[in-house]
Amino acid sequence: MSEAPAWIGPGLKTFEAATARISDPVLTLGRGWRWWIALAISLALTAVMIGGIVYALATGVGVWGNNTAVVWGFPIANYVWWIGVGNAGTLISSMLLLMNQPWRASINRMAEAMTIVAVSIAGLFPIIHLGRSLYFYWTAPYPNTMSLWPQWRSALVWDFWAILAYLLFSILFFYTSLIPDLATLRDRARRLWVKRIYGAFALGWRGSLRHWMLYRRYHRMMAALAVPLVCSVHSIVGLDFAVTLMPGWNESLFPPYFVVGALFSGFGMVVLLCIGLRQLPGLADMITDRHFDVMAKVMLASSCVMGLSYATEWFSSWYGSSPAEHRFLRFSFTGTYAWLFYLMLFCNVVAPQSLWWPAMRRRVPVVALVSLLILVGMWFERMLIILNTLSHGHLPSMWTVFMPTLDDFAVLFGSVGFFALLILLFTRFLPTVSIHEMRALLVDEGRA
Amino acid sequence: MTRAAIGSYADIECFRSALREAHRQGHIIHDAYAPMDMEEADELLGRQTGGIRRIALVAGLVVAALAYGVQYWSLFYSYSFNSGNRPLNSWPVFLLVPFEVGVFAAALAGLITFLVRTGLPRLNHPLFEIDAFDQVTQDRFFVALKASDEDAERATLQWLHASGAEQVWAVSL
Repeated sequence: MSEAPAWIGPGLKTFEAATARISDPVLTLGRGWRWWIALAISLALTAVMIGGIVYALATGVGVWGNNTAVVWGFPIANYVWWIGVGNAGTLISSMLLLMNQPWRASINRMAEAMTIVAVSIAGLFPIIHLGRSLYFYWTAPYPNTMSLWPQWRSALVWDFWAILAYLLFSILFFYTSLIPDLATLRDRARRLWVKRIYGAFALGWRGSLRHWMLYRRYHRMMAALAVPLVCSVHSIVGLDFAVTLMPGWNESLFPPYFVVGALFSGFGMVVLLCIGLRQLPGLADMITDRHFDVMAKVMLASSCVMGLSYATEWFSSWYGSSPAEHRFLRFSFTGTYAWLFYLMLFCNVVAPQSLWWPAMRRRVPVVALVSLLILVGMWFERMLIILNTLSHGHLPSMWTVFMPTLDDFAVLFGSVGFFALLILLFTRFLPTVSIHEMRALLVDEGRA
Repeated sequence: MTRAAIGSYADIECFRSALREAHRQGHIIHDAYAPMDMEEADELLGRQTGGIRRIALVAGLVVAALAYGVQYWSLFYSYSFNSGNRPLNSWPVFLLVPFEVGVFAAALAGLITFLVRTGLPRLNHPLFEIDAFDQVTQDRFFVALKASDEDAERATLQWLHASGAEQVWAVSL
């Protein structure tokens, strides 16, 4: 029996209870009215997103706020934001596995699902932002009559491979850890057609300890591969900006700064999803206040690193002798978007400082509010990275102001609705907490 | 086909001690089954790595080398062009795509090796004929001990009973 405080609430004591609480909601046919309302709202927002995208592709990217100077607007900010949100899922399942942190057991399934959904949505944006989306395949080396190859030295080509590899990797990682739980669903299902579907995907898993040994080898290897993969994918996203010569972008800080920003915003999303998850009956014993305490500490640490990164950026811009960088810095603090800038600093650096107080960290509403502010603040940051540089670049005659349009907002909020839709469908059909890892945790805590 | 005596256990401690005793007394453990991973059983069953990591490493490196080769060939032989006076063999940036695809190739190769080594998917298996075996993915533990003939089988079944098994079965695996 371990001496450390428990990661499982007092109400959960047996394997059967853990299994029932997680799998029974998946196997029951009906859903509460709250789920249906949430589904309706997310479907409506998804329709708004699809409408916005179809209108933009049919009419042209001029329906967005993008102009001749600010060529990257909402779509790229959304892309970076969504990839960032996705990264935390992989870091929770992989990095925390390698660090043997027991608190990941109840949140890693939701985090991995969040990753797959967020990365899929993120992948839409580079495609639609092209305007002529059907040509996105030009980033791949396909046989052609013009002897053309992709520009291998371009960060945008690296993006294509990085996002593709990351998405497919995440799907493999998610599926393999799901196999034992699909077997549980297969064995608990009463209806034959449900048994068959889960059974097919469970691949006939029978809990053999020899198979568990091989699963463990594979799973840990995947975790060890996932951590550098996540860091490299989000570094490549940062390099989209950093390999250019634009003032404010041309910094070697960008890769790690983006990765920490991704961890930061992603944890915010995981916190919000866990709060939703805890509403399901019986799951409050699996996602405890201690979990929020620990996640708040991660967000606080990331916030401090982000603050340091901002200060480093300002210092390097000021200390260097580039007039364009000095103008960029002055524009950030006093220009058209200064209000957004200060709002971003409040959300990302000031508000999370409240998490220094243990009493604040253990209050779920406080952590929820800070997480929401972090998500919003990080979106502002992605937007400002694009706006401050592009609207105030090297050539003063090109300086212009970016004004978002209705279509920009429709696609952004619609994508959040689409995210909610896919997460709701995930909670409907798949176990939201890793049942086998909760059993292992029950054993570790001496309960079973 | 192996004759095996199977016993089910409701309590994890009972299962652990039965497994240890079976190993100590020289019974041949065909396999053991549990609803979650149990690292402590590795020594009793014989550690097996399946070569998953080795195969994944080789696959990852081969695919990464191929990806690097494609980039190199495209810029040296197929369509060479000067891009910001960078050398044709711009190896620092050429490493990024191979790393990404190499990691994915390692993951895929590892999964395929895992499936081959476990023999999954195997949607039917003699163990699924046992109704109570449904519980193995929920809250029961099972031990399968090899038996060379009918007498050994009877003796093993009795031993399983004595070790605390709830129920026992004789199965051909």
